[in-house]
Amino acid sequence: MAIVTTSKKACSVNPLKMSQPIGGSFAFMGLRGAMPLLHGSQGCTSFGLTLFVRHFKEAVPMQTTAMSEVATVLGGYENVEQAILNIYNRTKPEIIGINSTGVTETKGDDVDGFIRLIRQRHPQLEKFPLVYVSTPDFKDAFQDGWEKTVARLVEELVDPVDAAAPRDAARVNVLPGCHLTPGDLDELRTILEDFGLRPSFLPDLAGSLDGHIPDEFTPTTIGGIGVDEIATMGQAAWTIAIGAQMRRAAEAMQAKAGTPFRLFERLCGLGPNDEFIAFLSEISGRPVPLKYRRQRGQLADAMLDSHFHIGGRKLAIGAEPDLLFDLSSMLHEMGAQVTVAVTTTASPVLERIKTQEVLIGDLEDLEDLAKARDCDLLITHSHGRQAASRLKIPFYRAGFPMFDRLGAGHLLSVGYRGTRDLVFDLANLIITDRENNHQPTPDTWRSTDAGLPVVPPQLH
Amino acid sequence: MSSLSATIQDVFNEPGCGKNANKSEAERKKGCTKQLQPGGAAGGCAFDGAKIALQPFTDVAHLVHGPIACEGNSWDNRGAASSGSDLWRRSFTTDINETDIVFGGEKRLYKAIREIIEKYDPPAIFVYQTCVPAMIGDDINAVCKAAATKFGKPVIPVNSPGFVGPKNLGNKLAGEALLEHVIGTQEPDYTTPYDINIIGEYNLSGEFWQVKPLLDELGIRILSCISGDGKYRELAYSHRAKAAMMVCSKAMINVARKMEERYGIPFFEGSFYGIQDSSDSLREIARMLIERGAPAELMDRTEAVIAREEAKAWAAIERFKPSFKDKKVLLITGGVKSWSVVAALQEAGLEIVGTSVKKSTKEDKERIKELMGQDAHMIEDMTPREMYKMLKDAKADIMLSGGKSQFVALKAAMPWLDINQERSHAYMGYIGMVELMEEIDKALYNPMWEQLRKPTPWDAGSVNWQAKAMAQMDAQAAEIAADPALAEATRRAKKICFCKAVDLGTIEDAIAAHGLTTVDGIKERTSASGGCGACKGRVEDILAAQPVPVVLQAAE
Ligand code: SF4
Repeated sequence: MAIVTTSKKACSVNPLKMSQPIGGSFAFMGLRGAMPLLHGSQGCTSFGLTLFVRHFKEAVPMQTTAMSEVATVLGGYENVEQAILNIYNRTKPEIIGINSTGVTETKGDDVDGFIRLIRQRHPQLEKFPLVYVSTPDFKDAFQDGWEKTVARLVEELVDPVDAAAPRDAARVNVLPGCHLTPGDLDELRTILEDFGLRPSFLPDLAGSLDGHIPDEFTPTTIGGIGVDEIATMGQAAWTIAIGAQMRRAAEAMQAKAGTPFRLFERLCGLGPNDEFIAFLSEISGRPVPLKYRRQRGQLADAMLDSHFHIGGRKLAIGAEPDLLFDLSSMLHEMGAQVTVAVTTTASPVLERIKTQEVLIGDLEDLEDLAKARDCDLLITHSHGRQAASRLKIPFYRAGFPMFDRLGAGHLLSVGYRGTRDLVFDLANLIITDRENNHQPTPDTWRSTDAGLPVVPPQLH
Repeated sequence: MSSLSATIQDVFNEPGCGKNANKSEAERKKGCTKQLQPGGAAGGCAFDGAKIALQPFTDVAHLVHGPIACEGNSWDNRGAASSGSDLWRRSFTTDINETDIVFGGEKRLYKAIREIIEKYDPPAIFVYQTCVPAMIGDDINAVCKAAATKFGKPVIPVNSPGFVGPKNLGNKLAGEALLEHVIGTQEPDYTTPYDINIIGEYNLSGEFWQVKPLLDELGIRILSCISGDGKYRELAYSHRAKAAMMVCSKAMINVARKMEERYGIPFFEGSFYGIQDSSDSLREIARMLIERGAPAELMDRTEAVIAREEAKAWAAIERFKPSFKDKKVLLITGGVKSWSVVAALQEAGLEIVGTSVKKSTKEDKERIKELMGQDAHMIEDMTPREMYKMLKDAKADIMLSGGKSQFVALKAAMPWLDINQERSHAYMGYIGMVELMEEIDKALYNPMWEQLRKPTPWDAGSVNWQAKAMAQMDAQAAEIAADPALAEATRRAKKICFCKAVDLGTIEDAIAAHGLTTVDGIKERTSASGGCGACKGRVEDILAAQPVPVVLQAAE
């Protein structure tokens, strides 16, 4: 059981955290024909946009209400109105998703009120989906923005269902956390379909940001789940939520349509996938397909082969709560010691991470602690590359952003297959590091001045 | 007037700015605060611009005062190179929270400065102001002053909250911070007649090092580079240079001009992109240094180096000429690059089918006409769709642009090369030009294109994406052609002034209704050309195209 502490520093050095509004925009990107709109100054949007483009290497839709200094002081009604009209007329979206920022929250713009007024003044917008989520920059983090936005989408767009009406037994809702990649969603879709289930993913980044060549030019998102499909999600027999962050949205779905839900806090590792597959077999009434029996065997074998290398490693990991919980649990189950854990924001899963302490902090904390506790593997997003090179330990990139490697959208960590690949990748990384940096030399076993034998580094 | 708005005003009055030169006195006072279009814009903010301009000072700690958005979402996103300290690559931010919003963030800022000094002991700290602390009234000037006194170290406030304007304004505000707080505060150990400053050069991908060896060989000392691979101390004594070169972008024109005014350091605007430009710049540096007291033999040595380097570069480029024969380039970039790269490409025998001039000044455009002829295809602003059509219609073989438009080309299976900030190849000087040609060659002849352009074999009669996109556009064009009302509406909807979002129809209506004959008149009625002023030419063209107003003439 971990104790959760918060860094006391006044200056955050090398942030691990990203802001809440872009987490919200990210969720909107999983909707078809969507235009995420940040209510704030233009720089806030431009930074977010650049971040997504660097990660996915894809054109990304995002707009700003372009608040100037004056508009900020006077209030942003006109900017919100103009932005919505401009987007509506010009890019013909199916939905506009609005997140506030630090700038507009400091002023205290009442965007819900704005939207009501805009709908009144422009009847063509009366029924048009405009979803607003309050996400100040000075509170919470990326994951929270995602969490709030998905919950809000459920509240605003899912049609209520008559409790007595029959449910569609083959239909399931999937509410994925922001730590899953488009590749993960594709994998999940395949698994669900192999059980004869028909999933609706909300949001569905696999449809929009999985890196493909689109059929036409469009300034909005090019795929994802449609507003029409979201409206009918209440008819599904089950909701599957992945990651503790999705509890809120799953509960919203239950409140709205009475849909029962099952929350899977993690989907990386043998145990969690056993539970998941068993659950699918249960709700679908079908036996587990041969394919997954085989994949389970492969994962078991991968764990046997890899544990020699992963076991006993002292691990430093920095990630948003759900990803941190997911990866650190799997690696703990492979015999690694989670020696340093740093995260961005509070979450109920943090206490259950198998380590002594979880710190809400930055990458400087991660680096300092990894050094002090002599860690031999660093896992975090791309911004950790400098720390890893200073520490001279192998570095595995996980999470968002991953801007200095290709294929971020296709990384896989869910399912038996995803876990198997991940376990191999990590073990191979450690093997490579040993070959390159820890070959014994004639001096390896010589005594130090203090008379203590120097432990060869690979036996740490 | 607060000191920030005074500084902004001052920057807007900058006579060295090409855009300002086109404006009236009253106009200039209004400044370049383009009213950005909500829902139709997404450029960087002033804070972004300030940080871009200053972050290449490598031994300085750059501390961003604000909520996590400004720094957390953006750090570590540019590839300037350092020959020494890597402190600039670390990110420092106060990451202010709700409590700070309520009680003010000054205390946290002060503590943050102390923490940085205790842990990293840099020669100086630059503190960047962002929107939220500016709104709640955090006085970073006062905090910096107090911290500087207390810790005995320069702590420089950079007052550039994002919402005061675009990136470009931020560049200049950063320059103002340097002028006000840093330049002239220290003295060099010694000076030589060969000391120059390089201003507005960021050493992206280390490209300035493609030129530096030549300066070294000539014995020319870069007293301070502002700001690529720069050091705080060099910046502080940069006022002792004999001359300065302002590289390309006008981002820091205010620094160059005010250093001339205050310290008598003459400067010229030059570029190291392209062979001819590189030679011209070297010559100009030598000339200015000689004028300020360097021995005249410097010019002979410079000419010798130029002759040698040019010969080498030409020989190297020669080998690309066969493969570039009949190859066409579409160039989408901005400002000074729109001509400096044109020159370079022509040197290699490539044909340029179009170049964008969205951010270019009048002079920039003149240069383009000089290089490409009177009917040079200059592109003002384009949607991705139009860009794509341009690629196809002009039958360009490759597009060179910034990263934002890359997907237009790539998704169309067209070769593309990054020539803006985020590029990872260095294209400066004589070597850089050869490198650019090499990259173009590689991109053009990659066998991948052919595979990608083929339709999927099993979808009988299937069309590929390009064909579909073209069909879509053709259908639209046909629709417009068949319907005169729609054609007229489309014609009238053409954007003329981007800053103020004014279309052709609005201007024509204003002309008709009020018998306008001058750009100023149009500005008054429609506010077109009231922003950055770049569309003035377009407005003039519209005026020129109007039929002579017979009735009004008669009335006169
Ligand atoms: S516009 Fe303001 S709040 Fe947004 S990123 Fe720029 S400085 Fe930060």
